[in-house]
Amino acid sequence: MSTFVWLTVMTALRVLQRNRLRAGLTMLGIIIGVGAVIAMVSIGEGAKLAVQKQIASMGANGILIWPNYSMIGGVRGGQGAVVTLTVADAIDLKKKIPLLAEAGWSRSGSMQVMSGGRNWSTTVIGASPSVLTIRAWAYSSGGPFTQTDMDTAARVALIGQTVVENLFDPGEEPVGAIIRLKNVPIRVIGVLSPKGQSPSGSDQDDVVMIPFSTAERKVLGTSFLGSVGGVFASTDRAEDVFEAVEQIREVLRSRHRLQGDRPDDFIIRTQIDVAKVQEGTSETLTGMLLAIASVSLLVGGIGIMNILLVSVTERTREIGIRMAVGAKRFHIMMQFLIEAMTLSMVGGGIGVLFGVTAARLTSIIAGWPIVISGETILTAFGFSLVVGLFFGLYPANKAARLNPIEALRYE
Amino acid sequence: MSPLIVCEDLWKVYRVGDVDVQALRGLSVTINEGEFVAIMGTSGSGKSTLMNILGCLDQPSKGRYQLGGVEVKGLQPDQLAEIRNRKIGFVFQSFNLIPRTSALENAQLPLLYRGLPLKEQRVLASAALERVGLKGREHHTPTQLSGGQQQRVAIARALVTSPSLLLADEPTGNLDTASSLEIMEILEGLNRDGITVILVTHEVDIAAHAAREIVIKDGQVLSDRPIHHRAYS
Ligand SMILES: Nc1ncnc2c1ncn2[C@@H]1O[C@H](COP(=O)(O)OP(=O)(O)OP(=O)(O)O)[C@@H](O)[C@H]1O
Ligand SMILES: [Mg+2]
Repeated sequence: MSTFVWLTVMTALRVLQRNRLRAGLTMLGIIIGVGAVIAMVSIGEGAKLAVQKQIASMGANGILIWPNYSMIGGVRGGQGAVVTLTVADAIDLKKKIPLLAEAGWSRSGSMQVMSGGRNWSTTVIGASPSVLTIRAWAYSSGGPFTQTDMDTAARVALIGQTVVENLFDPGEEPVGAIIRLKNVPIRVIGVLSPKGQSPSGSDQDDVVMIPFSTAERKVLGTSFLGSVGGVFASTDRAEDVFEAVEQIREVLRSRHRLQGDRPDDFIIRTQIDVAKVQEGTSETLTGMLLAIASVSLLVGGIGIMNILLVSVTERTREIGIRMAVGAKRFHIMMQFLIEAMTLSMVGGGIGVLFGVTAARLTSIIAGWPIVISGETILTAFGFSLVVGLFFGLYPANKAARLNPIEALRYE
Repeated sequence: MSPLIVCEDLWKVYRVGDVDVQALRGLSVTINEGEFVAIMGTSGSGKSTLMNILGCLDQPSKGRYQLGGVEVKGLQPDQLAEIRNRKIGFVFQSFNLIPRTSALENAQLPLLYRGLPLKEQRVLASAALERVGLKGREHHTPTQLSGGQQQRVAIARALVTSPSLLLADEPTGNLDTASSLEIMEILEGLNRDGITVILVTHEVDIAAHAAREIVIKDGQVLSDRPIHHRAYS
């Protein structure tokens, strides 16, 4: 039995090798199908992992509040130009809502940072010390700035890994060094542990963090003292998040004197919302690729069926000979099924290479995170095997049902 | 000697369009174990039709056919395949080797369907090829062999399973006189070893190698007589 299967596999490989071009063209559908499945799952899993990391790094109970810029100048004119969210708002939220464990605020801007002769364009974030806790930053050396730094608008900074790499020589210790932002000398007191890419692909390590007060008064400047780019809050327990969001909305509406059906001049997002949106995008992408993959596998399967029908016709006489010397239906059936599966497996193998390469390239070019798992590869490979088996059944059955006499007479 | 083949009132009717072609019309014949029979007759008389039925490749439309005491009529395709594999060896006019496949692998083919271990298959097939004088040609493909050599591969394939019955339908039809003689000597040798050989031929010289001559006409036995060899006469 195993001898039969083994010899039949060898025969199938020989037949494929003899018709290399034909086999290659036939396998194209499978190659693309399996390649698409692997690329799709690798990218999808990568996106999911990035979202999970993001949630972990922010804490699942994080709440983000931004000014709603689309409202500015329209409905809310009274409070003056561009200010819709302030430090006072954040402090008041913390005071009035006991559910909130922390509330912090920040503002950011793009800026050149200089050290020695080098300079690098990066994102400068002015943050209250609580933001560091809420966003759960860790430090590869040094440590966070404190409330005292905040109160005194101290010229201290925490820098991300990317900034370190671009401003300092390898092995050089950044902590204690002086960097310059807008010619303001600032002392580095800590290096942030790498966080890698965000799910949207931005480099979370390309950052300089300084106390909010320092940013406002000395570095970023402001047109209105106390205006913030965003407020970060968190609850102790995840199940309190939605209740907290409602209370935040109430407090802010009353502080901003929004009455009746006037729309909010701020946007509240929870980490869960953010994760959902990102999962949604990756699900759309996954769905699209899945469609491509199934169509390709279907086309590939039909291709295999077609080529096998041709092969059965071409080799009718051979089938007759085999039957004459004692091949049973099962043997003939197996011969063509094995040939179909060999085709689809070789195609699947090439598809795996193709898919892994495509996923790697995507990760390099688009900067998307990817996860290539052995399980994915095995599944895709299994899929191609099933396709071969399924679409091989009809031709194989056709061959097995030939009448030996007619098959032997076939010209 | 016990009868190996018992045919009683065999009919084979082919339907071509609206017409029934009666290839066999109530043919009866008994062939004993160890016989060497030549079947002769004009073209279209039903010789190949009879051979196909005797070889369990085809089923009669009517009548009885017992092979080695087993009633063949009504058996399923897989049961017929089993009989062909176990008891029967075929040699065709057109060799019917599998193209682009070595002599050894061609000779091995019936054993493949017996599920013998590869090593055993190889040993038996090599021995069969040696028996027909093809030692050293094991790895030649059909296109690298002469007609006579190809037919010898076909005989090796037929005898590799040690069948009790060897059916040869015009085995020398495509060969020159010298090759034909070689083939007939091999068949005679096999018959001497106890294999029942049934041979279809148009040539009297070829038929003369057999011990019994059956002439068929219009699907019936016209004459059935022993052949007296010159050596004995
Ligand atoms: N598959 C078939 N369909 C229809 N008619 C057939 C078929 N096979 C054989 N016949 C007919 O049956 C008759 C006997 O054919 P068969 O092949 O047995 O003759 P034969 O004696 O072997 O002839 P030859 O010496 O030319 O080989 C012929 O009239 C032939 O036309
Ligand atoms: Mg004939």
